[in-house]
Amino acid sequence: MTDASAPPPVRPAPAITEDNLFFWEAARGGRLVAQRCASCGLLRHPPRTACPACQSLDIEIAELSGDGEVYSYALLWHPRSPRFGYPVIAVLVDLAEGVRVVSNLVGIAPGEVRIGLPVTVEFEPCEGDLAVPVFRPRGEAA
Amino acid sequence: MSGLGGRAAIVGAGATEFSTEAGRSETRLATEAILGALADAGLPVADVDGLVSYTIDPVEETELARGLGIPEIRWSSRVPYGGGGSQGVLLHAAAAVASGAADVVVAYRAVKARSGRRFGAARAGIGPSSSHSGTTAGQWCAPYGVLTPASWFALNASRYMHRFGVTNEDFGRAVVQLRAYAATNPAARCYGRPITLADHQASRWIAEPAIRLFDCCQETDGSVAFVITSTERAGATRAPVTIAAAGGAALLGQEIATDHYSADLSVMAGSAALARRLFDRGDIKRSDVDVALIYDAFSPILFMQLEGLGFCGPGEARDFVADGNLSPSGALPCNTNGGLIGEGYIHGLNLTLEAVRQLRGGAANQLKDVRTALVSASRTGVLLTRLTR
Repeated sequence: MTDASAPPPVRPAPAITEDNLFFWEAARGGRLVAQRCASCGLLRHPPRTACPACQSLDIEIAELSGDGEVYSYALLWHPRSPRFGYPVIAVLVDLAEGVRVVSNLVGIAPGEVRIGLPVTVEFEPCEGDLAVPVFRPRGEAA
Repeated sequence: MSGLGGRAAIVGAGATEFSTEAGRSETRLATEAILGALADAGLPVADVDGLVSYTIDPVEETELARGLGIPEIRWSSRVPYGGGGSQGVLLHAAAAVASGAADVVVAYRAVKARSGRRFGAARAGIGPSSSHSGTTAGQWCAPYGVLTPASWFALNASRYMHRFGVTNEDFGRAVVQLRAYAATNPAARCYGRPITLADHQASRWIAEPAIRLFDCCQETDGSVAFVITSTERAGATRAPVTIAAAGGAALLGQEIATDHYSADLSVMAGSAALARRLFDRGDIKRSDVDVALIYDAFSPILFMQLEGLGFCGPGEARDFVADGNLSPSGALPCNTNGGLIGEGYIHGLNLTLEAVRQLRGGAANQLKDVRTALVSASRTGVLLTRLTR
């Protein structure tokens, strides 16, 4: 476990590319977004260069509600990076709109994490004046 | 039989020692393994005209060829997906030989996965591509501290366990068998070190609730290489092994160890597709497989492949393993070298080496009358048989 008296580690910045810039710019502004095909409407994440269903190159950016549920999780104990507190609560969140994201769960004890838990998004600052979407329990689970 | 089936054969196999510190470069290790494989085949370096490896490989083909003195390379390729592509080297080599693009192809892999760049290290700042690894998914994991293959795969395994009520102790029963095989294999990193289920359950959590320390492969330094040529030419060599079938299956949505975006992560759809390539087109049935070598970077991957490949149904690997089917007397003796968990992690290619040894005779844990071997790296795989002359 991390030393309670030590300052919390600063989360490393995501790798920014021409293809993912829109996602991280939105996150910095406190918005969770995903690509949507401007032709057939298919929502997709992670970002892709074209629509895997209709091959359209036209992309819209869709705002997501930020609500979802835990599809899977793991408590990461080892190995440890000084950039994170342990255990890292790693989750796959299935968002209400039908896309899945890798993230962390906050505001919950590691032993309370379970598959199916309703969660909602919030944003944590990270290196490089950016922010990353994370999730906390929602509704009666909060 | 598919178009490639039976048209190419492994005629030479070579390997270095498997250690925690090789004390020499990956290129040097690959060179040693390749020279060993050529000596085993009884073929001169000058006959080699093809080179095949797979991604996350630091060895430059050009440097390797210069060191070996290969006069002319007519065919070279690298299979994507890292270790998942490990058995694809035989698909590529067989394709080259069957098409006439090359006559003698060397397939190889060298790693310093223990003393050099450890796969299991927690490196922050993973970018969109890691050494042409076949995936861009790491960038979506790194900001969340999901930094290692074990952590990536635990997210799949956890869902599998949830759906089928599988526990980490269930995985432990397979690990105990793998460590029993390794304990009597002098080449294995875990030689002489069998474990009990209690030992397994006492090992520390890596990624709870799926993966403990003893569920992980042994990061290892070493190299394995093979020489592949046509079955016609193979007939004149010492101990040829036929590539009866070779296949690859990468489905939309799959990454490498990460496959976080497919709808149902409790099944390995890629392994099911691979099994169709290997079994549905040929005259080799699952029941013909005398020994299976299944990529076990982490023990849950072994369970999910047993199901994906069709050796048991979804959720049935737990009972299949508990019933002793992976043992020498079981229905599917599996990873008889100790697997990647017990023998070491030469990025999957040491599983192919064990298959060749079992078919030729003289493996450390030699089974009786092995005629057909399966090697599965989840999305690439081969069926190997003794060459009948």
